Amino acid sequence: MKCHGKTLTVVLLCLGSFLATALAQGGGELRFCLRSEPKTFDPLKVDDDASGAIRYLTGGVLVRVNRQTQELEPGLAMSWKVSKDGRQISFRLRSGVSFSDGTPFSAGDVAYTIQQLMDPALHSPTGDSFRSGAGNVETRVISPTQISIRFPAPVAGLDRLFDYVAILSERSPKKEMAVLGPFMVADYKPGSTILLKRNPYYWKTDEQGRKLPYLDSIQLDIQPNRDVEMLRFKRGEMDLINSLDSEYFDKLAATSPQLVHDAGASLDSEQLWFNEVARSPIPVYKKNWFRSATFRRAISEAINRDDLSRVVFHGHAQPAVGPFSPANKFWFNSKLKPQPYSPEQALKELQADGFRMENGELKDKDGNEVVFSIITNSGNKYRERMAVLIQDDLQKIGIHVNVVTLDFPSLIERMTQSFDYEAMILGLTNVDLDPNGEMNVWLSSSANHQWNPQQKAPETLWEAEIDQLMRAQASSSDAKKRKEAFDRVQEIVVEQEPFIFLINKNALSAVSTTVHGAAPVILTPQTFWNAEWLTVSGK
Amino acid sequence: MNFWRTLACVVLALVLGSSLAANWLAPAGYARQYRDAIGAPPSRTHWLGTDEIGRDRFARVLYGTRISLLLAPAAALLSTLMAALIGGLAGYLGGVWARMAMAVTDLFMSLPWLFLLITARALMPLNVSPLVSVLVTFLLLGLLGWTAAARVLCTTAGSLRTSDFVRQARAAGLPGQRLFWVHVVPNLKPVLYAQFWISIPVFILSEANLGILGLGVAEPMPSWGSLLKELEGLVSVGEEPWKFVPLILLVVVVTSFQFLLSRQEELAA
Repeated sequence: MKCHGKTLTVVLLCLGSFLATALAQGGGELRFCLRSEPKTFDPLKVDDDASGAIRYLTGGVLVRVNRQTQELEPGLAMSWKVSKDGRQISFRLRSGVSFSDGTPFSAGDVAYTIQQLMDPALHSPTGDSFRSGAGNVETRVISPTQISIRFPAPVAGLDRLFDYVAILSERSPKKEMAVLGPFMVADYKPGSTILLKRNPYYWKTDEQGRKLPYLDSIQLDIQPNRDVEMLRFKRGEMDLINSLDSEYFDKLAATSPQLVHDAGASLDSEQLWFNEVARSPIPVYKKNWFRSATFRRAISEAINRDDLSRVVFHGHAQPAVGPFSPANKFWFNSKLKPQPYSPEQALKELQADGFRMENGELKDKDGNEVVFSIITNSGNKYRERMAVLIQDDLQKIGIHVNVVTLDFPSLIERMTQSFDYEAMILGLTNVDLDPNGEMNVWLSSSANHQWNPQQKAPETLWEAEIDQLMRAQASSSDAKKRKEAFDRVQEIVVEQEPFIFLINKNALSAVSTTVHGAAPVILTPQTFWNAEWLTVSGK
Repeated sequence: MNFWRTLACVVLALVLGSSLAANWLAPAGYARQYRDAIGAPPSRTHWLGTDEIGRDRFARVLYGTRISLLLAPAAALLSTLMAALIGGLAGYLGGVWARMAMAVTDLFMSLPWLFLLITARALMPLNVSPLVSVLVTFLLLGLLGWTAAARVLCTTAGSLRTSDFVRQARAAGLPGQRLFWVHVVPNLKPVLYAQFWISIPVFILSEANLGILGLGVAEPMPSWGSLLKELEGLVSVGEEPWKFVPLILLVVVVTSFQFLLSRQEELAA
């Protein structure tokens, strides 16, 4: 009897363990909030975060950037090859793959997707990143599992761009609702919820041969109010918050430290810049200050970035080094070091440039008091606080700063139309690791070259050099040469400081303990980048 | 009710007095940043703790009160004078003048004043000191806040115009201008006082609303509006009750004005 009892205990323990494992690895519903209504379910028209999240979860892509390693991995394409001239890419596709409605997938679908993507009438933001020159894109279907795509001009970082191209079905009657990703849209209540169900035809399996994704469904609630999102998360109605601000992060960490994740510096930056537009309606002597690299460097040295990070972001930000965050493992120029905080050095440089201190006020060589305004968008408390800290820092070297908050449309009008401002604080949200995604910022002819946009010809030698380097890297398919060119761009930007980069915000998120397999990262989507591997238990 | 009015007077005097004595009560000033004590709870050095960038909240409440309590009455005075000029004169003249004035008043009242203020603020020069920005904010409030009072004054002046004593004065040959200043204006005074007192809490609250939108007084200068912005994160306020002090002060001051106002309304009646 004793022996039988032991056997029974062992059997029960094994059974229990098996059941626990099975429960922990399969099924469940993940719930989280989208902060806005998705504008479209068509993956080629995606232009907003909410639609981007749906595309990520439902779209099947040929290649996928692993959000953790930042390396490119096979998706629907088992292998790929970019030609030496950077104009052509060839894919070898998986066989036996079907769309969510059972329609088989083949190279014809890829050709159809590219044709749709590059159709000028569609105005696809994703398609725009492939447009490197005039002419048509040619697709050649070699076999059902082989295709080559040729572009009229070299496209930098060509293979990585396919991370954003969800393949459409050429033949499915469901059109864009037939998907190749791990989930498919099952229900949509406008203004309320989107229900994603597991795609029964999804091609990927785990090491044991089990079909992915593990989750049965994902419920996305449309909730623009962050306070409500936080309350619902605390009540257990939501399983994760993809992006938290530092104040909420600390408050949640104080009560439930196991729920919050700080993945470190993200790609997002906050920066201050001066108006250098020649035709702007500001006094000439101020234009002269703002167009002086010495003046900009001195301002940069007088700003205490450590305090910006510690005081404004409660330590959940890193002092910025340059145009790219150190989080961008490949493209960041590791030779660059953070700008040291030194008001004394700043003052020395200004005095060497003809400025002088009189009764605690800095004056230029013509006797003009150094006073300028910094504008930022009202309602963004972090930018407002940064501006007030900078105001206090610059007061120490005799510079008087007026902080002005404006509604966003007024701010954009001043930045892009009237150029009626002196200095501005705004941020850059980077989703693309490749510097090509920032061509519109660094080219002097671009409308987004904020400190002096739409120049007919580069107005400074260093801007001319940046133009030349950015064009060179964009037309090269040699990663090493591209890296060298962009390293130099970063050095020039740090030397000249057209943007005074302030901080890189950390990627903060919250994940419930009922979610298994979550590993928040800095790249979007931070918490559900590996959604196909996640499980939810204990509900 | 006398007790409550007396109490209201004492409270207002106390609040105004302590705000005027801010230089002595909080000598470090409202702008000094204690960056090693950000978001600190109340202590002996910081009686109401510090704000999110380490500024002493007690000092900011005192200076903010000074600004709101001095400039709101100034804006109220401006709007009441404009109402007296437009409404009082139109009501006294009557006929087409009254209709025209009321049409303009209706037009002003139908304007979304909040958007108008936002637009006006956006059109202002950027490089103005915080003091100028606060003056301009209250000036705009004063210039836009006369409409409701003008309607009341127009009606009152209209009824005075047809009253027996004005008819008698007119029949006795008193010229129009003298009639207006000697007989009409003195009889409008109680209504003007009441409108003045009504406007003060309205402007205090308007500035607070603009401050919450980030369109009021410029940093680093405090006002009740900018202080109330701290209450935005409702999730955490229960844990930091001292953040409610500016709100409590606002309620106490507005209530005190209301008690004084009831006295003025009695006088007007």
